[in-house]
Amino acid sequence: MTTRHSLPHSQITPERSYLNRRSLMAGMAGAGLMAASGARAQQMPQFDIKGFDTTEEPNSFEEISGYNNFYEFGTGKDDPARYASALTTDPWAVEIDGLVERPGSYGLGDILAKMDIDERVYRFRCVEAWSMVIPWNGFELRQLLELAGVQPSAKYVRFETLFRPEEMRGQRSPILDWPYVEGLRLDEAMHPLTFMATGLYGKELPNQNGAPLRLVVPWKYGFKSIKSVVKITLQEKQPVNTWKATNHREYGFYSNVNPEVSHPRWSQASERRIGAGVFASRIATVKFNGYEEQVGDLYRGMDLSKNY
Amino acid sequence: MIDALNRALRKVPTWPLYLAALLPPAWYFYAAVTGRLGIDPVKAMEHKIGLLGLQILIASLCVTPLRKYLGLNLLKFRRALGLIAFFYIALHLLVWIVLDVQIPSQIIADIYKRPYITIGMAGFALMIPLAATSYNAAIRKLGKNWRRLHKLVYPAVLLGGVHFVMLRKGWQIEPLAYLLIAVLVLLVRFPRKVPQKRFRMS
Repeated sequence: MTTRHSLPHSQITPERSYLNRRSLMAGMAGAGLMAASGARAQQMPQFDIKGFDTTEEPNSFEEISGYNNFYEFGTGKDDPARYASALTTDPWAVEIDGLVERPGSYGLGDILAKMDIDERVYRFRCVEAWSMVIPWNGFELRQLLELAGVQPSAKYVRFETLFRPEEMRGQRSPILDWPYVEGLRLDEAMHPLTFMATGLYGKELPNQNGAPLRLVVPWKYGFKSIKSVVKITLQEKQPVNTWKATNHREYGFYSNVNPEVSHPRWSQASERRIGAGVFASRIATVKFNGYEEQVGDLYRGMDLSKNY
Repeated sequence: MIDALNRALRKVPTWPLYLAALLPPAWYFYAAVTGRLGIDPVKAMEHKIGLLGLQILIASLCVTPLRKYLGLNLLKFRRALGLIAFFYIALHLLVWIVLDVQIPSQIIADIYKRPYITIGMAGFALMIPLAATSYNAAIRKLGKNWRRLHKLVYPAVLLGGVHFVMLRKGWQIEPLAYLLIAVLVLLVRFPRKVPQKRFRMS
């Protein structure tokens, strides 16, 4: 399960002089000379996926918990950090229904007692072309699905976020059609990379990151990783996810990270790594966010520009 | 009271406006480099300077309605406001090119292929001839045509407002409010024929 992503030129140029070159260019950028001299090339990200973890340096707790898209608390990146403390996450239960053997309401405490809690350092790529590296704690979604028992006729999994406008102020305006809905194909949901996060950096998951329980699908754009999940439904039909329902031209069901398929309003070929600083170069976006070796087979034979 | 204010304003020089205009972008840049501009300083700088440009551009378009409806004469500050708006929007573009998108092929592709960027660029392009003809000799030389040329600021501010609405995900209140204000400051210039008619009827 090891992928090597490295550019030939990084092997030619020693790291030290490479960094010098970057700081020199950063200085030029500061002077505004870059525009005239023709800007920089993108960098290839340097990482391996070892087991489940990327070898890249994780973002800080402050970055991960201070820069969020969680429209339930407002559309600004700092709104969730500001307003999510209003959310009550205890008690919490997840309703699991549809094509399952044991439908019902599962208390979070009961779920956690039965799960193998693991840490995963995942790459995270937002559809808005920024990225982070995040050390999650949690368990594999398939463990939870097995707890409820998936019936053979189930083909898709539908997820729903809590709807509680008294505590989630963003839900008081009709920015999206609440509650937020996401979905996965069953084989995607059962993949060992597909994770339910309950923590961050070994601490409790901050509310703004989707406490107490959120999905993490590292090879898909961030909006697939639905937060504060209260309902999981196994079904035969493909669920309609909120962003696809809002704008199907811009957001699809699959939403796999793919540098070759542009968002209608911007290119997905590269991304800015949050925390890299004002003068950092963009880094190249990698197909399936770097997890192609692990998940590429799920999409064999599919036209990914149609199934975006 | 308006007359007194107008008289007082006549004594206020315009050059401090140009100096003061340097402060916000200088502060944003310093704050971004020293980690005081939040977790994504590039986007923060880009958005703050762009919004400032739109705000000053709208302010420059308030000069005429303020004079017409309140008798407040800010005409001598209008050139400064227009040039400062142009300066901010040029900086906004520069941050986008140099610090955000960076890659030349991607910059060009974005301008051609992404409608909200095409629209923003078109708005900026309309402002270039206005900035270039803002000095006294150009005003004298162009005569009547100067006024005609400078009506390009109307489509420019609308394009700026539309650009702001389009770059957000979904329909959001803040950019829609700016677009609405831009439409209003343009509309209040035109209905003068309506009250005239009413006078004739009475």
